[in-house]
Amino acid sequence: MATERSQIETALSRRYDAGFVTDIESDSLPPGLSEDVVRAISARKNEPDWMTQWRLSAYRHWLTMLPPHWAKLDIDPIDFQAISYFSQPKNRPKSLDEVDPKLLETYDKLGVPLHERARLAGVAVDAVFDSVSVGTTFRKELADVGILFCSMSEAVREYPDLVRKYLGSVVPTGDNYFAALNSAVFSDGSFVFVPKGVRCPMELSTYFRINARDTGQFERTLLIAEEGASVSYLEGCTAPMRDENQLHAAVVELVALDDASIKYSTVQNWYPGDENGVGGIYNFVTKRGDCRGARSKISWTQVETGSAITWKYPSCILRGDDSTGEFNSVALTHHRQQADTGTKMIHLGKNTKSKIISKGISAGRGQNTYRGLVKIEKGADGARNYTQCDSLLIGKKCGAHTFPYIEVKHPGAIVEHEATTSKISDDQLFYCRSRGIAEEDAVSMIVDGFCKQVFKELPMEFAVEAKKLLEVSLEGAVG
Amino acid sequence: MMLKIDNLHVRVAGKEILKGLTLGVKAGEVHAIMGPNGAGKSTLGNVLAGRAGYEITQGSVEYNGANLLALEPEQRAAEGVFLAFQYPVEIAGVNNTYFLKAALNAQRKYRGEAELDSMQFLKSVREKLRVLHISDELLHRAVNAGFSGGEKKRNEIFQMALLEPKLAILDETDSGLDIDAMKLVADGVNAMRDPQRAFIVITHYQRLLDYIVPDFVHVMVDGRIVESGDKSLALKLEEHGYAWIAERKLAGVA
Ligand SMILES: Nc1ncnc2c1ncn2[C@@H]1O[C@H](COP(=O)(O)OP(=O)(O)OP(=O)(O)O)[C@@H](O)[C@H]1O
Ligand SMILES: [Mg+2]
Repeated sequence: MATERSQIETALSRRYDAGFVTDIESDSLPPGLSEDVVRAISARKNEPDWMTQWRLSAYRHWLTMLPPHWAKLDIDPIDFQAISYFSQPKNRPKSLDEVDPKLLETYDKLGVPLHERARLAGVAVDAVFDSVSVGTTFRKELADVGILFCSMSEAVREYPDLVRKYLGSVVPTGDNYFAALNSAVFSDGSFVFVPKGVRCPMELSTYFRINARDTGQFERTLLIAEEGASVSYLEGCTAPMRDENQLHAAVVELVALDDASIKYSTVQNWYPGDENGVGGIYNFVTKRGDCRGARSKISWTQVETGSAITWKYPSCILRGDDSTGEFNSVALTHHRQQADTGTKMIHLGKNTKSKIISKGISAGRGQNTYRGLVKIEKGADGARNYTQCDSLLIGKKCGAHTFPYIEVKHPGAIVEHEATTSKISDDQLFYCRSRGIAEEDAVSMIVDGFCKQVFKELPMEFAVEAKKLLEVSLEGAVG
Repeated sequence: MMLKIDNLHVRVAGKEILKGLTLGVKAGEVHAIMGPNGAGKSTLGNVLAGRAGYEITQGSVEYNGANLLALEPEQRAAEGVFLAFQYPVEIAGVNNTYFLKAALNAQRKYRGEAELDSMQFLKSVREKLRVLHISDELLHRAVNAGFSGGEKKRNEIFQMALLEPKLAILDETDSGLDIDAMKLVADGVNAMRDPQRAFIVITHYQRLLDYIVPDFVHVMVDGRIVESGDKSLALKLEEHGYAWIAERKLAGVA
């Protein structure tokens, strides 16, 4: 057993297949942040004045704020003046057919189909490369049923009324430090609008790619499902392997009106840094869904395997009566990765229900924290929450922590919480090996069993992807 | 000779546990090993199966003419070595059937045989279940999770039946079984007896040997085999206890 442990320590290695750099000329703003930079970003995107003013007021607010320090994360101070806030490939295409072949190749390598293959896969994709969207597939087919699916930049220009109505209505510009920063400098992201009564006929997805050096990515996504509408949306993320940390500070807002349902899935595989903790993405994200209408439903599913640091709490505001919020999460930290993630379920309406399933996996020296808040307000008659929080440890140097906060202001609320911590033990591994199953296969089998409950919430193709990703991420975690 | 253990010395956590153990097993034979608690019986099973943490300080183990100790545990399994654990391990979240299929196919792959598809696998599973009178309800549960002591032991035998090893080491598979279950386990083992297959049956109870009739009985004390004989040795042990062996040994030395 002693020998197995020392092997664990020495044999830590990890493949990161998405770690390549695309050699493409980019047009970037020089590093630095100021009102002029905010104006410059807005100008490059040909934004109307109201948008520029919105950004500036967010920026001014941000200047008065301090970075949050309550998370269980060890973060080197970020030099916000050293980051470039805008980078886009030169020769911007007018349509997908004109996209630089190098870019198409990039997405192909990442397994994201932007061309003919997209049609076979039946998934509409918006591809965001550094600060801009390089193309969105199936736009026309979706428009035929009234669904708007495009980049945020286009939405600001083409659907200003919708954007003005909903942008910042779930996550106000001054919500928190990183949300304020994002509101000032946000680059691109996706905009989805599903009108009344429409069920989106295909999966929608956005694929985020950071390529340029010294840039940050400030994704802004807004998804609206009107009365009775339903949509399933998935995002994926990767970045090259680099020695310096890069910042990704996103804001995602979801709005569900009466009887609407939104399923939002994330497979996050930003570059995690190397085994010594050098490099990797800082993933500071504010994701929030507003169940604004009665009987609406928002469900977050996330598989977080990448990033050096993850700070994210996809939340639901259960405003409408009988609305439902769900959070299903697998977060994996290996080597020196740190994750502080969880959710907030805010019950305002009557008979609101929420369910939280969190699966944390720590290996190497990874630190994994679940932080969740379940809040039941005075008016929330008949509110219910169920939380299940499981941690799996691989090796002796990693850590798992849980901080489940519960604030109940209604005496009739039912709040249940279950938590388990387990370890992949040497005994289990030897048992598997003595039956012929190699150690790494045994680990992924056990991990897979641990995550099953969450994987089954993902669209099928992505569940397979997520499973593979966990396997690769855990390479070298034992023996 | 299928298995040839010669003067094996093994240390665990700095302490010598096996102290010059010698044992030969031919294909087709059933060897019973008896001996007091702490004698090193499970240690022997673990060393043969390749568990980490055992330091071989002297001696050798040959399996079908090759050095067994040089192989990884999963290689030994694929080469036909099977250990039914004294304390089978629970693996929450991993379905028993899925586990067995993964194990069987990993072994087949190693041996260059075609992997079984789900249909072929389930056919084989049903056959073995029938022979062993095991309820298929156990198959839908996680590996050993929440199994009773007896169910765990029977699951070990079920795995053995499915994996069809060449050398099966059963470490106290009878402990904790009621008499009916013990007979079923013995039936399962007897059904697998074959000129190409050998068994090492570790047990404390001669009763099991009424059902699985061994070719040889060995008594292990303090890391060595101190007495070998046929089935009648087990009966004498039952009658006189291990002290009798110790006394005889002392007398022999004196
Ligand atoms: N990992 C270990 N660390 C320290 N001592 C050990 C370890 N494993 C086994 N031992 C010791 O080795 C000796 C032999 O143990 P073993 O389990 O092989 O005995 P056994 O003959 O199978 O006994 P039983 O009949 O009780 O099952 C015991 O004294 C035991 O405490
Ligand atoms: Mg024992």
